[in-house]
Amino acid sequence: MSWSIIIGILSSGIRLATPYLYAAVGETIGQLSGVVNLGVDGVMLMGAYVAFFVALRTGSLSLGLIAAAGMGGVFGLIMAFISVTLKAEQGISGIGLYLFGLGLSTFLFGITIRNVQTIDGFPDLAIPGLSRIPVIGEIFFQHNILVYVAFALIPIAWFLLNKTPFGLKVRAVGQNPEAADSLGVNVARVRYLTVTLGGMLSGVAGASLSIALLNTFQQNLTNGMGFIAVALVYFGGWRPVLVFAGALLFSTVNALQIWLQVAGINVPSDVALMLPYIVTILVLAAMAKRRVNAPAALNKRFERGES
Amino acid sequence: MNQRKLLDLLPRLTPILAVLISLLVGAVMLALLGTNPWEAYRALFIGAFGSTNALADTIVKATPLLFVGLGICIAFRGGVLNIGGEGQLVTGAIAATAIALSVPNWPGWLIILVALLAGTLAGAIWGGIAGLLKAHFNVNEILSTIMLNYIAVFGMNYLLRGPMMDPLQIKLGSFTPQTARLPRAADLPRLIPTRLHLGAVIAVILAVAVYILLWRTTIGFRIRTVGKSLRAALAAGVRTKRYMALSLVLAGAFAGLGGAVEVLGLHHRMFTDGSAFGFTGSAGFNGIVAALFGQLHPIGTIPASFLLGALLTGANKMQRMMQIPSALIGALNGLIVLLVVGSEFLRRHRIKHTQSAESERAETSAEEEEA
Amino acid sequence: MSKQFIEQIQVKELVARGIVKRFPGVLASDHVDFDVHSGEIHTLLGENGAGKSTLMKILYGMYRPDAGEIAINGDRVRFHSPLDAIRHGIGMVHQHFMLVPTFTVAENVALGLPSSRRVLLDLDVVSKRIEELAKTYGLQVDPAAKVWQLSVGEQQRVEILKVLYRGASLLILDEPTAVLTPQEVDEFSETLRRMIDEGHAIVFISHKLHEVLALSDRITVLRSGRVVDTVPAVDATKAGLARLMVGREVILQVDHPEVAQGDVRLAVHGLSANGNSGLPALRGVDLEVRAGEILGLAGVSGNGQKELAEVIAGMRRPTGGRVLFDGTDVTGALPGKLLDHGLSYIPEERMVDGTVRDFSVAENLILKDHHRKPYAHWVFMDSAKIASESDRLIEAFDIRTPSRQTPLKSLSGGNIQKLILARELSRDPSVLVAAQPTRGLDVSATEYVHRRLIEQRSAGTATLLISEDLDEILNLSDRIAVIYEGRIMGIVDREDVDVERIGLMMAGVSEQAAGNASA
Repeated sequence: MSWSIIIGILSSGIRLATPYLYAAVGETIGQLSGVVNLGVDGVMLMGAYVAFFVALRTGSLSLGLIAAAGMGGVFGLIMAFISVTLKAEQGISGIGLYLFGLGLSTFLFGITIRNVQTIDGFPDLAIPGLSRIPVIGEIFFQHNILVYVAFALIPIAWFLLNKTPFGLKVRAVGQNPEAADSLGVNVARVRYLTVTLGGMLSGVAGASLSIALLNTFQQNLTNGMGFIAVALVYFGGWRPVLVFAGALLFSTVNALQIWLQVAGINVPSDVALMLPYIVTILVLAAMAKRRVNAPAALNKRFERGES
Repeated sequence: MNQRKLLDLLPRLTPILAVLISLLVGAVMLALLGTNPWEAYRALFIGAFGSTNALADTIVKATPLLFVGLGICIAFRGGVLNIGGEGQLVTGAIAATAIALSVPNWPGWLIILVALLAGTLAGAIWGGIAGLLKAHFNVNEILSTIMLNYIAVFGMNYLLRGPMMDPLQIKLGSFTPQTARLPRAADLPRLIPTRLHLGAVIAVILAVAVYILLWRTTIGFRIRTVGKSLRAALAAGVRTKRYMALSLVLAGAFAGLGGAVEVLGLHHRMFTDGSAFGFTGSAGFNGIVAALFGQLHPIGTIPASFLLGALLTGANKMQRMMQIPSALIGALNGLIVLLVVGSEFLRRHRIKHTQSAESERAETSAEEEEA
Repeated sequence: MSKQFIEQIQVKELVARGIVKRFPGVLASDHVDFDVHSGEIHTLLGENGAGKSTLMKILYGMYRPDAGEIAINGDRVRFHSPLDAIRHGIGMVHQHFMLVPTFTVAENVALGLPSSRRVLLDLDVVSKRIEELAKTYGLQVDPAAKVWQLSVGEQQRVEILKVLYRGASLLILDEPTAVLTPQEVDEFSETLRRMIDEGHAIVFISHKLHEVLALSDRITVLRSGRVVDTVPAVDATKAGLARLMVGREVILQVDHPEVAQGDVRLAVHGLSANGNSGLPALRGVDLEVRAGEILGLAGVSGNGQKELAEVIAGMRRPTGGRVLFDGTDVTGALPGKLLDHGLSYIPEERMVDGTVRDFSVAENLILKDHHRKPYAHWVFMDSAKIASESDRLIEAFDIRTPSRQTPLKSLSGGNIQKLILARELSRDPSVLVAAQPTRGLDVSATEYVHRRLIEQRSAGTATLLISEDLDEILNLSDRIAVIYEGRIMGIVDREDVDVERIGLMMAGVSEQAAGNASA
């Protein structure tokens, strides 16, 4: 394997990590406040569709991106309403949200766009100076804007969660909502905020696929990436930095898998395609026993004064 | 008292309300997109019930939903959220196809029997993997079953594009990813001269069997106990992990059998369009909707599957007649899930209300006796 | 520094008039009048369910009253949430600590407060202020320590610091002494005195009469949601207060007949186990219980009682030592096997470990024997037998329920405990582990449980009785073992009981030393 191939795989690994990063960071924040949103994949699909549709019709990628974030936010609000206000079982609610997003994006695509088209997505921005550094520059500094933002998201999320009063509230609400409530923290409001924010980030994750990475939309474009993003949250033990590491590992496996196919190595493509999903299961199995950092109130409904 | 009865009835009606609200939302969307929702739903209705053939197709569509839904009833009652219906259907179908193709000269009934068993077993194994992961590694079964769905689909694609491809396709050079047709002797008998096959009857009989399993046997009692309270089940001597895994095995078995029935009764071969949808038509997910809609009761899942089957069959007709993508029904199914799960809230509050009144009555009578 | 929280109005007087709060089917507060002034400790006394919790949750803004009004320093106030109460200078220390175990002390204190650095946390500032407050009130605790690493007493200090930090001048303390040793209670009352001297007002909730008499200035007794009387502590007596609480004379003694003791049924040797946090909770426990004997295990909560019960019942894996039933080693066996050996278990958490909320009364009654005759033949269950047996048990154990099909969760706590007794005692146990068997029950249900346990003793069962209610232990037990930090500090015969000595052992003083100290 030559240097250029390795660089190519690593560079596309970084690029492919983008949708996982947005979705997984959003899901991390939501889960830390105690809400599991399994509908991420459906929200991503809606984000991808809306971004693509708006960009196609208006010619503005930024408008597409904003629309995707907005649509994701709406889906986040739906999830928050079902799980926080109606206190429904979060696992099944998430599956309902997934089916809704999957069906609606397919339906709207079929009625508004109909056939598969492509657009010019966000162009690569070489960072002046840095992109010239051999190897490093090629791997890290020749990407589109959404890739850079995704990477910036990690320190931002870490800061938000660990260094601000809001982050303290988020973590408290996920660990012991009764305690937070007794100190006047509005548990429902915090969860609405985190889940809506998570939805917006999932919408952007979808947009990063349809108007930056693949530059197209079709039925079920994500093929389960949203579920993998949820798995990455467990993998990272609810710590943004480890979630980030997981996303990178994952996307690099993915890039390798794509390279295997392109290079025509003698692995049936269908078997290579299984790889990310098998890795996810193995990772879940390896990590599940050490859930020390798990939000104690994850997936539990909070009702004041129940006891 | 009458009003009270009505209020007690309300929770039972919520699934119906959920469907009506979803259809209403669908109508609004259609109207916004410039189609006449009335016309669209009329096409849907005719497509589902308009003729003997339509009705038969509805039942045919409902059959895999019922198989998957029965498994879901067991799993959800056992407290494990099996989302792996798609993968389990696919593995069941592959196993049944492989067996049926490998023994073409056996008597038809024997091929059918062995193929159905193989499908059941394959589905059970596919569900059992998630069960083992849950029991031994505490892996969230929702995520593992979803991952297993994708793995099953890629496995299917590999087999149908490779080892299991129809030799005729290779000879013709068309390389359509499908298997050879199964021996005709292995076709499930048709009930009337439509596409309606024996599978529907098998599913309905099994619904009764699942009812008996859950409410009349010690196994079902334990599954339900584990589902309601892990700690209480453990204290009562139940091997909780084993029963959680068993719930997933049974759920997989029913879905796998459903996949086998699809092959033997309807398609008579395996084929793929690259996604799970091509073969399953999302029955693995819609079966979940059916079970929830049927309030996780095997008997309730029968009419629920029928109704969803009607929506799906009608949607195809709607798509052909009015160019409205049938995915609309997929979206509405998601909405139904959200509404049914969300309405549990109303139920809980209603129950809390009546029950504290009941316990109050019990308390007062106790005080009276003491006095 | 968050000045707006520190320099709040000083609560000189809080007056509540005609407070009414209804819950479906219960009148929890029935026109309650209550007032408390700066510089006094006013105690709310009453049995479980008398309405103490409801009243204080109303004072703290957690519930909104259906009628009545609250005034602070003469101005009428309306609380929509605890935040409103906090803003008015009211603070509450909950019975079950409201702490985030994974957070540090400072993080717990800072939670929900605006930061002096706006969007940036100011934990260093918070820590400094905590240390100041700790010095003033004698509440030493390390602001950087994680809460899960603290002892129960320290956690309580954090709770009080949280309230003081928010500038509360009226403190509501919900059964604060329930988790403390008698010696810790002394330290705690010293803290209370200092707070009174600083001009704070304190609402103290308890049902321990001797503490109430020792600590309070005034005492208000509640019964069935109504105020029975408010009396100055100096005029009150234990017997008088007890009479007000229950509305009749209390029987403080249980009939304890002579029973011939048999062989050792349950033996525990060098048992150790970890708690939920992964830290050792049991450190080499040795106990033996004979047929026809009740061994009482006394101790302050959280010293390993829960873990001991769970290990013996097969619900928790021991890390060392052995458990023997009738001489057979059953260490680490699952509950199923122990049930076959004749174990019955009345768990501390009866709604979690003992019953299934959503199941019917009948289903709960057959929970442990559903697979045995007469309930089942092979895998098939016999509905008729289940029905008749359930009805028989409902009758025999006086379970007040509309029918055997009623969902368990609609029964009262006392009836749920009777159901558990019915199931566990009808199995004719050879070993019975009863953990907190009367917690949260009213007087008549408690008496019932006590009578049944004594009957079971006469029938030859070996009973391990775990309770935080020392009176219950003293009344029922043949021998009393005291547990402290996962070790047995000593075992005393019924005849040789000396309460002060047991109190010292509960505080971690070994039997011998305790004997010397009290002698």
